[in-house]
Amino acid sequence: MTDISDSALWAVIIGLGLGSFGLRFAFLGLIGDRPMPEWLLRHLRYTAVAILPALVAPLVVWPTATEGNFDLPCISAALIALTVGYVTKNVLIAMLTGAVTLSGMVYLLS
Amino acid sequence: MWQGITDGLPFVLVILPFGVLFGVLAAEAGLNMFEALSFSIVVIAGAAQFTALQLLGEHVPTLLVLTSALAVNLRMVMYSASLTPHLGAAPLWQRVFIAYFTIDQSYACAVAAYERNPGWSVPQKVTYFFATVAMICPLWYLSTAFGAWLGNGVPDGLALDFAVPITFIAMIGPMLTTGAHRAAALTSVVLSLIFNFLPFNLGLIVAGIGAMIIGAQVELWLERRAPVQAGKGARQ
Repeated sequence: MTDISDSALWAVIIGLGLGSFGLRFAFLGLIGDRPMPEWLLRHLRYTAVAILPALVAPLVVWPTATEGNFDLPCISAALIALTVGYVTKNVLIAMLTGAVTLSGMVYLLS
Repeated sequence: MWQGITDGLPFVLVILPFGVLFGVLAAEAGLNMFEALSFSIVVIAGAAQFTALQLLGEHVPTLLVLTSALAVNLRMVMYSASLTPHLGAAPLWQRVFIAYFTIDQSYACAVAAYERNPGWSVPQKVTYFFATVAMICPLWYLSTAFGAWLGNGVPDGLALDFAVPITFIAMIGPMLTTGAHRAAALTSVVLSLIFNFLPFNLGLIVAGIGAMIIGAQVELWLERRAPVQAGKGARQ
């Protein structure tokens, strides 16, 4: 992960900043308290759980660090972090157990 | 005022490691401290920032980086909509700042407090809202800067490459509260693996849209099924 061009970086920072502000200001500032259509709300509820897993799944199955080869520590760490997060509802504990699993497995298998 | 600050305090524990991690990863990706800090100040949304950074590092075209990261932030539209009945009557300049500071934590605190205190006036609600972010947001900036400063001294390795996936997975677990959320997440995983061959990370968009549709449909299906089950329970 190196050599990000300055122009791409600033385009993303500024574009994402303006875009995120637009999303946040949409109702509060512009639309007021007119109700949103039910079907739209129904889809918006699932944006986070629809995008984040899709972002992560290929990185877990084909990790960058192993140049895309199946990697037992990555898969185990992912499954453990997911389970712990699901059961405890605590993001920090899930992150920590995932990280410990990953480094533990890497250490054991090396 | 103080109530808002104390309600926001527990989230500081969550924000600090995230900010530091973002700073470290930004430094790893070649961003200097000014760039990393600008990212956190201008965008002020953890998940979207991690998404953008990851895709930038993979040299995905700028337009697709923006689309993907904004898609992660679409939930802000929902937050904005549900804060509007409480804060929509505040002066425009206040609403501009409220919009900027609308993050997962301030939204969650505010909506819960407004439901507990239906008698609050609009200025009281506005004060409470700003109080919740009084600690969280400055610490988000500071921890990013600290991480960026720290980042150059952290050695390369598998563990750090995998920090973003682990972070996201840890965030996904607690979100899987209903059958519809779980169905959406599962669809998202399956579709993203199937369509991973598509160029420019378009598989992410396909999977995201497909999973949102599945989530919405499962929700409808569960709603239709619920009254039937209640009926059955009554007969037994």
